[in-house]
Amino acid sequence: MQPLRITAYTVCSAIGDGRAQTLQSLRERRSGLTANDFEPEPLPTWIGRVAGLESTPLPAQYAQWECRNNRLAWRTLRCDGFFEAARAARERYGASRIAVVLGTSTSSIGASEEAYRRLQPDGTYPPDLRRAIVHTPHSLGDFVQHALDLEGISVTVATACSSSAKVFAQAERLMRLGLADAAIVGGVDTLCGSVLFGFNSLELVSPEPCRPFDVERRGINLGEAGGFALLERASEADRESPWLLGYGESSDAHHMSSPHPEGAGARLALDAALARAQLEANEIDYINLHGTASRRNDEVEARLVAEVFPSTTFASSTKGWTGHTLGAAGIVEAAISLLALEHGFMPGSLNTRQLDPNCGPQIHIENAQRPARYALSFSFGFGGSNCVLAFARADARSA
Amino acid sequence: MAALPTLYLQGFAFWSSRLPGWDVARAVIRGERAAPEAPAPRPAPTLLAPTERRRAPDTVAIALEVAARACEAAKCEPRELPSVFASTHGDLAISDYMCTTLASTPKLISPIKFHNSVHNAAAGYWTIGTGCTSPYTAISAHQYTFGTGLLETAAQALAEDRPVLYVAFDIEAKGPLATVAPSRGLMGLAMVIGPQSTPGSRGLRLGMCTDAPTNPTSDAYALVQDNALAPCFAFVEALARDEHTSLALALGEHSALRVELV
Repeated sequence: MQPLRITAYTVCSAIGDGRAQTLQSLRERRSGLTANDFEPEPLPTWIGRVAGLESTPLPAQYAQWECRNNRLAWRTLRCDGFFEAARAARERYGASRIAVVLGTSTSSIGASEEAYRRLQPDGTYPPDLRRAIVHTPHSLGDFVQHALDLEGISVTVATACSSSAKVFAQAERLMRLGLADAAIVGGVDTLCGSVLFGFNSLELVSPEPCRPFDVERRGINLGEAGGFALLERASEADRESPWLLGYGESSDAHHMSSPHPEGAGARLALDAALARAQLEANEIDYINLHGTASRRNDEVEARLVAEVFPSTTFASSTKGWTGHTLGAAGIVEAAISLLALEHGFMPGSLNTRQLDPNCGPQIHIENAQRPARYALSFSFGFGGSNCVLAFARADARSA
Repeated sequence: MAALPTLYLQGFAFWSSRLPGWDVARAVIRGERAAPEAPAPRPAPTLLAPTERRRAPDTVAIALEVAARACEAAKCEPRELPSVFASTHGDLAISDYMCTTLASTPKLISPIKFHNSVHNAAAGYWTIGTGCTSPYTAISAHQYTFGTGLLETAAQALAEDRPVLYVAFDIEAKGPLATVAPSRGLMGLAMVIGPQSTPGSRGLRLGMCTDAPTNPTSDAYALVQDNALAPCFAFVEALARDEHTSLALALGEHSALRVELV
């Protein structure tokens, strides 16, 4: 494929608002995980909660989209000048020529959960929550399209934890076919009862801060986050922006909530991403792994990395900072991969004490400072949906 | 209007509670027969083991049924096809269950219901059941879901130069959620769209435009209009009538997908 420029990007999670705070938390190894205080009777686990969402309603003109998930979308849009960059792209290309392709797992289901907690005596929704758009998965895509005043394709992708990685692939196809000149990609997922109690029911939630790839890891911590990227075609004028070089997608065809034991689906996605990016495994400097700290995921992923990559590839999971942000994990970890390329800084794996024996020399606990040209980000989701993204530093390719 | 190269509709399937199966739906739309008096029981997808078949959520039952029928009609091996699954609201019955249980006894959430609650559950069961390792996606675009999914399917077929399976479905809403996400009965349709013509395939020319969406005109529309996927019906009618025709499916307030059947 023709590589695309990522001309703007941003991220907002429990470790900070925007790129500078995110980078600082990674460098200082400051986790965003805190003891779960999300529900009235919280489960004994740790969460990556974004502070202050409760006290910052959406601006009045967006009242119909009001909910926790769209609040985080709005807060993220305001980071790193992303809102202004998107509006400038609108001026350049026209409102109908910019696609909005966003990922989420639960979108604003938290608003529906709240409505059920506050049902009227006759069993109907409380009047303030009788807003159809926040009770359907496209709440996110619809809100962001309206907030950015865009009029092109708008779609919400919900393939669980691969959602906001797959948006890069979908947007690239739309742009390649001339259905859009630029695309807003990314995703937002927020904490809600469905995921906290749902993952608890599957016995996948850790009672302590999550320890990706640790031999004694005890499960995942849920987190919330948002992130966006602006994709544009290469131009002579732009020599500063990093590249989307490729992507690979696949299905496990194995189990709804457990990865393929040999990582066959993940391998297909990885091979497809490398092929599309025209890269060899030994050229990869950094990999942001899915690394949820669940027993099964980390075991399968560690073996895959050990099998495919040389010892010079630096791989890590950043879930110990952010928690597992589910449908936002793809864009959060894409943003961290882009920060790694830009700053020659590679985060290790926070909270991890002793690596699982399945881990090869690629997987690191400590941070490192070293130049990086090519990075991959892995996202593997429920229902066996896999996506691997390939990025390059601005100067690694020419227009 | 940005027009795409011609694609081919290689196989099609339809099922709704009041128009169970493409043969029935087609004949009713054409005025060749009356619709069955009573709603049909939900389809039982043969892809699942008998015990799974009974337990499967409605979304999985309807999606797997039409997906399998479309592959048969197209004479395609299901495991060879990437797929696009589109649903306006996903599994409304499980969302009602999740919200009800969370409001009363959250620690008693059923793990199976939870993993079936994800928007990509039907796609997951389809790829597991068919052994398909090609990519799938699962999308929503609220009332613009059908047209948006059709466009994504076309984009994949052209960008990857291979046939792609498109599956669109919505089910009946339950409980308080039904007041804000109304949807009645089950409806699903599926098709295989590819860059090459095959025996019996229909040419399909797609492009973006700003036309107003085409309204369904058949009497049969009254049988499906309460389902969230009803915006697909102008397309279903055009296929049933077997004419060279052109219609518009809304993609948003300001944009639409022009669909020419040749």
